[in-house]
Order: sequence, then C-alpha cells, then structure tokens
Amino acid sequence: MAGTEPVYIAGAFEHPTREAPDKSTMQLHAEVAKGALEDATLEKGDVDGYFTAGVPEYDSGLPPLIMADYLGLEPSYADTTDFGGSSYVSHVGHAASAIRDGRCDVALVTLAGRPRSRGQATGSGVRGLRTVQDSFERIYGATNVTMYGMAARRHMHEHGTTSEQLAEIRAAASHHAQYNEQAMYQEPVTVEGVVESRVVADPLHLLDCCVISDGGGALVVVSEDVRSDLGRECVELLGFGESIGHHDAGRIDLAKTAADRSGSRAFDEAGLGPDDVDYASIYDSFTITVLEAIEDLGFCEKGEGGSFVEGGTLRAPDGDLPFNTDGGGLCSNHPANRGGMTKVIEAVRQLRRETNPEVQVDADVALAHGTGGSIGTRHGAATVVLGREDR
Amino acid sequence: MSWDPRPVPDVTPETERYWTAAAQGELLVRECQECGFVYHYPRSLCPDCFSEDVEWRESSGRGEVYSYSTARTMSGWPEDDLPLVLAYVELEEGPRLMTNVDADPSAVEIGTRVAVEFRDVDDSEIAVPVFVPEDG
Repeated sequence: MAGTEPVYIAGAFEHPTREAPDKSTMQLHAEVAKGALEDATLEKGDVDGYFTAGVPEYDSGLPPLIMADYLGLEPSYADTTDFGGSSYVSHVGHAASAIRDGRCDVALVTLAGRPRSRGQATGSGVRGLRTVQDSFERIYGATNVTMYGMAARRHMHEHGTTSEQLAEIRAAASHHAQYNEQAMYQEPVTVEGVVESRVVADPLHLLDCCVISDGGGALVVVSEDVRSDLGRECVELLGFGESIGHHDAGRIDLAKTAADRSGSRAFDEAGLGPDDVDYASIYDSFTITVLEAIEDLGFCEKGEGGSFVEGGTLRAPDGDLPFNTDGGGLCSNHPANRGGMTKVIEAVRQLRRETNPEVQVDADVALAHGTGGSIGTRHGAATVVLGREDR
Repeated sequence: MSWDPRPVPDVTPETERYWTAAAQGELLVRECQECGFVYHYPRSLCPDCFSEDVEWRESSGRGEVYSYSTARTMSGWPEDDLPLVLAYVELEEGPRLMTNVDADPSAVEIGTRVAVEFRDVDDSEIAVPVFVPEDG
C-alpha cells in the first residue's frame, strides 16, 4: 500500500483544560475543532470530512448527526467508529482512506468529555449490563482496573515482570510531566514512590493508573492538494494499522495485545520498522498497557518489556525510546477516558519541534499507538507511523 | 448504581439454559459438533466455524486460576462482599471464563486448582457460577 497518495496531519490541538465544570462536552468539541483548524491555518468551511467516536456520556445520540448539527458541519464523509480510547488513532487512518478515495480533502477529528466533572468512577466502579458479554463479566464485578490487574499478574507470571519495572514507566512519564505546565501531576515520582502508593487492584498501584480528566483534542487530516497550499508545516502519515483483540471464545491471552497486528500493518505500509522510530506515543491507561504494547509493537522481544524499560529507556531526550513526552495519560491528561487523541497530538508536536524544549527529541519518525476498551476482555489497537515532511 | 446481593445476569434465549442449569448445580459449556471447539460464553453458532450444530456439554466444574486481581474498594459493589477476587479460570475442558474466586485473596495464586460453586441471585430460576479452591 506504500506509494499511494500522501496524506498529512495539518492541525493538532489539545484542550488546555483538565477540569471543565462549567462547560458542556459539546462546547469542548467545538473549542478543540476551532483550535485544530486554527493550527492548520484552515477555515471551518474547508472541512468536508468529520470523524469522532461521539459523546461517550450519551448512551445513544446518533453521533454523526448531533455532532454535525452542533458544530454546523456539512461533511461529504463521516465516520463514528468507536473502539474506545484508540478510536482517534483509527480515525486518522480512516480519514486517510477517505481522502485517498476522493471522498474528502479536509478531515476533522474531534474528542471531548468530562468524566472528572461528572464524578465518574472510571477505573473502579461497577457499570450496568448492556451487552451480551456484560452478563458474563460485569456480574462478577469486573472493573477497568481489576481487568488490567489480571493482565499485569499474568504478564508477571509468564515473563517475570516486576512491579518496579512497571513503575519505571510512570517514573519516566512523570519526568516528562514536570515540564508540562498543563499536566495534572507535574511532580516527578520515583520507582519507589510508585510501588509504595496504595494498591488499587493488585498488582496495580494507584500510580500505575492514569488520571481522570476533562478536556479533549482535535486533528485535521488533509490531502496533498490541500497541504501544498498551506504555509503550515505538516506531518506525513507514513503508515496505519488497526486490529481487534478479544476473549476469543475462551482462549484469551492476557499477556499480549493486538498491537502486534496493528503495529506490523502500520510498519509494513510505512516501509519502516521499530528501529526507525525516534519517538513513540504509547497509550497508557495503566503502566501494563504500555509494557505490553512496547513488546507487541516489536520494540523488544515478547516478555522482555520489563528489562527494556529499565535504565531510562523511555526518558526524553536521551533514552533509546523516548515516550509520552507530554506526561501522557499517566500524568498529564486522559480526556474523556480516551487517550488515543493526545497520543497523536504529542507525536505531531514532537515532529514539528513544538513540544516542551526539555523533552524535545530530534525525531524524524514518530509512532502513536492506541489501546481502546480493555485488554482484560476485548480491545481495539491502532497504530500510526508519522514522519517529518523534510525527513 | 448498586448491586446487592449479586447482579442478576440478563437471560436471553441463547443463554437461558446456561443460567437455569447453574441453578441445578451444573456448569455448561458449548461444544461444536462440526469442528469440536469447546467454548464460552454460549453462542448458537460456533465462533470458530459458524456451524449451527452445537451441543451443550456439562463441564467437570474444575479448573485452575489463569489470572486474578483483587479489588479492595469498589464503588457500587456490596461492602460486605469485599475484597472481591476477579479471576479467569481455565476449565479442564479448555475455555477461560471470567468469574470470582470466593476465597481469602491470600489463598489464590495463578495455577490454584478450583472447583465451581453456585451463588443465588434475586431470580430463583437461575444462579451464578463462582469458584473456590479445591483444598479449601
């Protein structure tokens, strides 16, 4: 598939808020849409493609209709694929396909939500039964954090991974967050600080878990024709892949994710491999989410993620694989409980040299990876490989 | 929301036999007569080959803990049912199913041999399978 028409990310905007008690979720969508279009030096009237997973707090809202209505859009192409938090990484790939098909030229992707202001017990609260699967899972009190706890436990059992190794991931993220004035938690933490924090669902501690924040983000994906008229530096989409991992009718493997498939598809399309990646945004709902993705994306052998993250590997600017230089979902922002959007945004900032100078990496190629849903039951995996225009 | 004593599953035409058998003390799995796949949760078409020739099969109700995690606080779950051990148990027939291990968390490890028990819910026609350590 390499060699098809190039597609670019022209605009990327992360909402500065982390708590928005006085705004509606729809207002946040509009604010990030405006921010990303301004960043791209484009106008609202230029948008002819629209992508979102909708408004998670509305059970059923016919997302493309209420969003187009509220935002005043008239798209010739719309996509509301919902994989959970990885959706927005998928939307970048879906937008590229639509652009290459000639369905649209300027695709707007938006995310917003207010779980913090709404007091949502994101990680540790029971939820009602809606799907067939819920009657075999949620009736046992399955929560996000216990499901990821089971994954961490299994990974430790099979590969000897330790809590201290998982804690290295949080410590690296917090090292980056200290330079991000918008991060929810800017205080650096040590490995000891993580493993000494309260156990939420063993073996996961409080500091193995991401923040709960209000906010959102948006991206603008454009065709070559549109890019060539922009004065703005853009980032090229070099490759995209997605996949779904699930319970597999009883054969679930908690120690691996579908990132092996999404990653290899993205690398194949880009004609690149893990060794070519200078910076990586990796979805971090929990530390174990990062560890499994690092292995499955091929940055190290399966089972060696624990030793891989030791010794500052993930720390910018000098580590071998600088990751989540905004502080990630673990320390900075996890808007709407969906971190795929901010993963792409920070990768774009890195490639445009717009991230915080202390953690700016000299990156020509960046990867952003999302994990949506739960690796404890079923999840979406989506990977994009991005490159500087002048690489 | 809150659940007390335990959540009642939604019973559908496809899953009714599974839940009512549980009230009779039987744990059922599905077995495809076409390809031989034994699977969980119940589906009328085999999720491997889409054959509609699938039968119910009684599980031995025994297996071992594939993984687990313990919740000590949980909003919405009955306080006196905490800590709660969430687990995947791998049945002797093969499938890994999500469940609770109803035991002191210190008695649970990956590989712990467990056997099924059934817990009543508000609907007396059905029951919910959970597991306990075989030695305990």
